[in-house]
Amino acid sequence: MGNEFHIVVCGSIVPDPLQTLAPQVGPNGPVLQNEMMLPAVLDPWAGHALYEAANLAANTPGSRVWLVCLGPKAKLQQVMMAVSQKAPFQLVVADGTASGFADSYETARVLSETIDGIEGLDKSKMLLFGGWQSASRGSGAVMQMVGEMQGVTEQFQGVDKLTVNGDGSMDVLERIEGGAYLKSVVDGAPAVFGWATGELPEPPNNPQVGMQNMQKNMPALMQAKPADLSGTSLSFSSVEVPQQRRQTRVEKDMSVDDMAQEIVEWIKG
Amino acid sequence: MTVLYLAHTECDNTLHKSALEALTVAKALADDLGEDLAVGVIGGDIQAAADSVAGCGATFYGVAGADFAEGRYASDLAAAEAIAKAVNPDLVIAPATSRFSRALPGLAVRLGGRVDTHLSGFAAEDGKPVARRWFYRQRMEGTLTRDERPWIVTLDSGCAAAFSGAGTADVEAVSVDVSGVRTKVAGVECVSEDAQTIRPDAELLFVAGAGWTKKQADGATHVDEAEATIQAFLGGTKASLGSSKSLVDISGEGGAVISFLTHMHQVGQTGATPRHAKGLSTCCHGEEPHVVGWRFINERRAVNTDAGCGWAQGKCDVLYVGDAFAIMKKVNELL
Repeated sequence: MGNEFHIVVCGSIVPDPLQTLAPQVGPNGPVLQNEMMLPAVLDPWAGHALYEAANLAANTPGSRVWLVCLGPKAKLQQVMMAVSQKAPFQLVVADGTASGFADSYETARVLSETIDGIEGLDKSKMLLFGGWQSASRGSGAVMQMVGEMQGVTEQFQGVDKLTVNGDGSMDVLERIEGGAYLKSVVDGAPAVFGWATGELPEPPNNPQVGMQNMQKNMPALMQAKPADLSGTSLSFSSVEVPQQRRQTRVEKDMSVDDMAQEIVEWIKG
Repeated sequence: MTVLYLAHTECDNTLHKSALEALTVAKALADDLGEDLAVGVIGGDIQAAADSVAGCGATFYGVAGADFAEGRYASDLAAAEAIAKAVNPDLVIAPATSRFSRALPGLAVRLGGRVDTHLSGFAAEDGKPVARRWFYRQRMEGTLTRDERPWIVTLDSGCAAAFSGAGTADVEAVSVDVSGVRTKVAGVECVSEDAQTIRPDAELLFVAGAGWTKKQADGATHVDEAEATIQAFLGGTKASLGSSKSLVDISGEGGAVISFLTHMHQVGQTGATPRHAKGLSTCCHGEEPHVVGWRFINERRAVNTDAGCGWAQGKCDVLYVGDAFAIMKKVNELL
């Protein structure tokens, strides 16, 4: 047995951060206004996890990368046209909601069941990657539950660095309070890594990789099975955008000295 | 029917302020629902921590030992699971520290319950527990409840006053076997106190935007001067340093960078949402994705050369339109 990894990245789509978001009541709970019309992007932390996975696979011959997405497949197809140019991966899709209001446990259950259906996945070599948070629900809870459902109990969250040693063990840096890192060593796969930003920049677009990815991934989108997330009693009594608008005092004509003096008095006040 | 409050000790065997805040919420909820309160403490040496909150009137359980002195998913979860199985609670309440944020979501699977994290509030309404939390990176706040039990929740800091009430706690020890855990903690990598620029407990947040690295009036960049000015300000005020995404991303684009800024400083949609009494933004345009990270900053002021920037659109209290290099240099002199 080699030292290769089977890396499963869990991630989905979120509204483009530049969009203004507002909630409204839908038939099954809160939704975003014009949710299907909003431009979407791959969740930023899921993106970091995917780029770290691709980099690790490229440096560990024989490794494979799957991207497991729970989301509406029509939106996923749009987003994957761009993401597919960034790194090689095999897409696996569960066709369902990517809403931030969906229950985190149900999301984890669907992802875990989808992972169970991946052909050729050797779970003894599995590294479960994902974001430590998301720009939708932001619970930071799904990856842990997916790991537990998969029986993977060596887990790390807020990961910024993963180093594979010669003996197959891995050094991990996890973010903790105050800008510090917790350093740990795990003896090998399987393990769960919820990524913070990692250390890699977003890869440049590579049209050749994009073509190869989409040849594999279009059938995955077409064959996506509907995901049922209804097994929850979670109910919302309200979702509101806080209407907090400040009366901003704009100082254009004050001298530098006066501005500095006022800032210092405010800081010390 | 029991409310279980979980806490872990810090490296000095005390409880963090956010843990004391979560205990206030747990005790109030147990009182309002007429349920018993149990306290579970995890750590290297837990007696002093248990004594520090013994006045809450709870039954105490504890998992202690060297294996539990530092955060580690498998051992923290095993300890929480053992305590929960000893208590059999309906509700499990814990602070959203990095340690519990890592471990406790897994408890929902172990106990067959459900979990909601990073709550901004948790209280009884009409005899039922009701939670509040933010969605879409602090853009909107939802009020929610659920019927599944146990319901495991973690509470963000600032949600209540810290509990106070020391005494002598009679802690029932719960044994946990973690011999099969494959992860070993190798320590904590900290910056020195002087070099530390992320200070969660600071009164003031100082945010540096991309303008600090752009060409100035003389047509040149002055990154060295920007670094010195920012460091002098941080040294004089002990403020916590934050950054806009655009400034942090410059490092990935090969641009001139401020050497002590990392992704960990990033505030906003894809960064942190810190809590400080005051915030001062400099050379940052105040775009919406950035300003959502300021949700919990009470008093806000900004320095920018653009009088029509995002900050002027009702997002800060005072916008100073001017050159941040000159203004902050003068501020440093006055400090």
